This record gives sequence, structure tokens and C-alpha cells, in this order.
Amino acid sequence: MAAVSLTVNGKPVTTDVDPRTLLVQLLREELRLTGTHVGCDTSQCGACVVHVNGKAVKSCTVLALQLEGAQVLTIEGLAPTDGPLHPMQEAFRENHGLQCGYCTPGMIMTAVDIVRRKGHELDDRTIREELEGNICRCTGYHNIVKAIAAGARAMQAGAASQAAE
Amino acid sequence: MYAFTFRRPETLRQAANLLSKNGDAKPLAGGHTLLPTMKLRLASPPELIDLSRIEGLEGIELTGRALTIGAMARHADVHGSPVVQQAIPVLAKLAGMIGDPAVRHMGTIGGSIANNDPSADYPAACLGLGATIVTNKRRIKADDFFTGMFSTALEPAEIITKVSFPIPKKAAYQKFRNQASRYALVGVFVAKRGGDIRVAVTGAGANGVFRIQSFEEALKKRFSPKSLEGMTIPADGMNSDIHGSAEYRAHLVGVLARRAVAEAVGK
Repeated sequence: MAAVSLTVNGKPVTTDVDPRTLLVQLLREELRLTGTHVGCDTSQCGACVVHVNGKAVKSCTVLALQLEGAQVLTIEGLAPTDGPLHPMQEAFRENHGLQCGYCTPGMIMTAVDIVRRKGHELDDRTIREELEGNICRCTGYHNIVKAIAAGARAMQAGAASQAAE
Repeated sequence: MYAFTFRRPETLRQAANLLSKNGDAKPLAGGHTLLPTMKLRLASPPELIDLSRIEGLEGIELTGRALTIGAMARHADVHGSPVVQQAIPVLAKLAGMIGDPAVRHMGTIGGSIANNDPSADYPAACLGLGATIVTNKRRIKADDFFTGMFSTALEPAEIITKVSFPIPKKAAYQKFRNQASRYALVGVFVAKRGGDIRVAVTGAGANGVFRIQSFEEALKKRFSPKSLEGMTIPADGMNSDIHGSAEYRAHLVGVLARRAVAEAVGK
């Protein structure tokens, strides 16, 4: 066993893990944050995407021990538990951006990362290219793309209204 | 995965010492090849030496006529770097063709080169640009570095610290992706720097990345896709698998080389 300290959704976590423990195992099995899913377990499908120090990564392909001191954000930390959904989550709900929902947490975490890198006005081509590492086996891409475009705009509106307050 | 111990050295010297103490230990960079390989139990190092705590391995800088990229620079860093985009735009573009955005946030140039996957993109860039691979021990020319599929000139306890790329006058990379894995079924990198012309091929060769002398000679007469018209390479020594026969790959090499030269000259 080896010790690791990191921050998950704003809360400090210190724990002893078997060195083989993947980030996704730490999140799901130890911290019981089961919103992050394991789809392929081979870094292809993106169901396990979380943010590490603000950037999207596939948590099935990172060891917990690699994250000493890191800030991790999962789908559970995107919006306050007792408050409204994050604008990107709301956009997925509004646009029916999911069918079975299995890929959704990874899609949403990737979507927020796309907005960070590419801004709030996203065309379909950009979104589809950026989703290369996220697979929806229901093939519900059309509404996912619509949801991301709408969510990206809503995040800008949200940021603007917060700034005005 | 089989069990291993995990080390976090803070200096290059500590990392090299750990590697020399345990010959089976493996350095861990972004882990996006090593960890999947370990999950499949195709690799089972008893010890992982995490290089991410070592300072000074991530920088990207332009020094004189060379662009130097730290071994731990992530693909996303290289892709998004204004310095790289300005100095060698094709290198920034190539980094953006690797994997997907989340993979590019973790994968590193040093890891890719040390692994020398026969379908990886960076080895083609290193060989095509005539890069120098700098380690904790010495400087190795790309021509001497890639010694065969998954094999390099790196010695035990030798760690890549940075890669130095001379700035080409013209360069382009054409990648024909496997539709499922998105790895290069064939990738051709061409570069011209003064009289030095290089054509490097990844994905195709059974021994990993290689140069094509006949194409380079033809391009020395005139750097134009026309110079390569009708030229082919033999299918001997090409990879052959369910994704493409040796003949198919050999054919693609010619096609992509012409496209790459056309792109490099701006046509």
C-alpha cells in the first residue's frame, strides 16, 4: 500500500491504495463516486473522463498514485448537490442528449473541457472532431452535439450573469 | 495488472539510480501506452518510476535554429504551443493528430519516442526532421535512435530529457488512419532544410519507422510531387495484417509521400 493525497470535488482526500489502483477505481470503489463510469477500460470510449487539474483525462488510464497533490473534478462536483444543474448538464436534459445515459458523465466532462479550449461558439464539425475519444453506443450523437453547442452558449450566458451580479 | 511498487523521484539522478538498481523497473511518463499494456498483462514491471515530479522536463523553447521540446511535454502542450506553431507548424499539427483530446492531455513526446510503436506519429517527425534525442547521458541522432519495432538505442537507466528539432524550410506530414484505432496505417513525413531532404515513414515498416533513400534522391533534383510520380517502394519488409496487406501499405507510402510533398510546397 502507498499513501496519496489529492483533492476530489473540492474536498481533500488522503488514503492508502494498492499501487495498481486506477483513478476510476479510487473514485468509484473507495469514494463511492459512481457517476464516473467504466466503459471499455482501454482508454477509448471516454465514459470515465474526469478533469485533472482542469483538463479532461481518462480516469481508467491514470494511476491514483500519479495524482499526488492533484485537483480532480468528477460529474458529481460539476454543480452543487442542492442547487441547479450545471448549464452543460441542463443542456443535455433539454436537448435529450442521451439515450441509455451510460456515456453521459464522460460526454459532459469532455464537453466542459471543449468549451475551456475552444470557446462558447462551437460548430458541429468542431464538436464532432473533439468527441473523437467519447463513444455513445446508442449512437445518439446528433442530440449530444446539439446539447454541447447549446451548453457552451449557456455557460457563457451563465458566466456573464454571474459577473453582472 | 500485476503488482508493482511506485516511485516518485524528484530529480533525474534519483530516477536514473532507481532504474539502475532494478533492471526491470520502467520509467512512467504519461502512461498512455504503458498502463494499457500492463492492464493486458503484456508488461509486468515490478517497479514504476514516475517521471512527472522531476522539474525541467516539460519546457518548449526555441534556441537559435532549433526547437527544443521537453520529454514530458504532453501532446496537447505541443499541439497548442505558439512557439511550436510558429517554428515547425507541422509538428504542432502532428501532435494534434495523436489519439483524442483526453489522451493528448496525458501522453508525452518522450514516452512516445522511447516506446517506438511502429504506428506512432512522433518517430516519423523525429526521423523526418533529423531530430536529436537528448538523454541524461548523451545526444543521439534520430537516425541512430530508432533501432526496430518497439526498440531504441536507449541503454538501461537512460532517460530521454528532451528532443531537439532543427527548423525545416518546408515540411509536411500525411497520415492515413486506421479507421478503428486511428493509429497511422501509414504516415509519411517529408522535410526540406537546405539540401537535406528527408522522407520518413511510420506505420508501414515491419521494423518500425524508416527513411526512403530513393524518394529523397528524387526530391533533391526537384522538391515537387512530380519528382515522385510513378515511384514505388517494394512490399518486402512492409507490415501485413488484417488492416492492410504489405502491397497496400507500399502503395500508400507512394501516394502519401506525393501528398506530403504537395502540402509542403503549398499546392
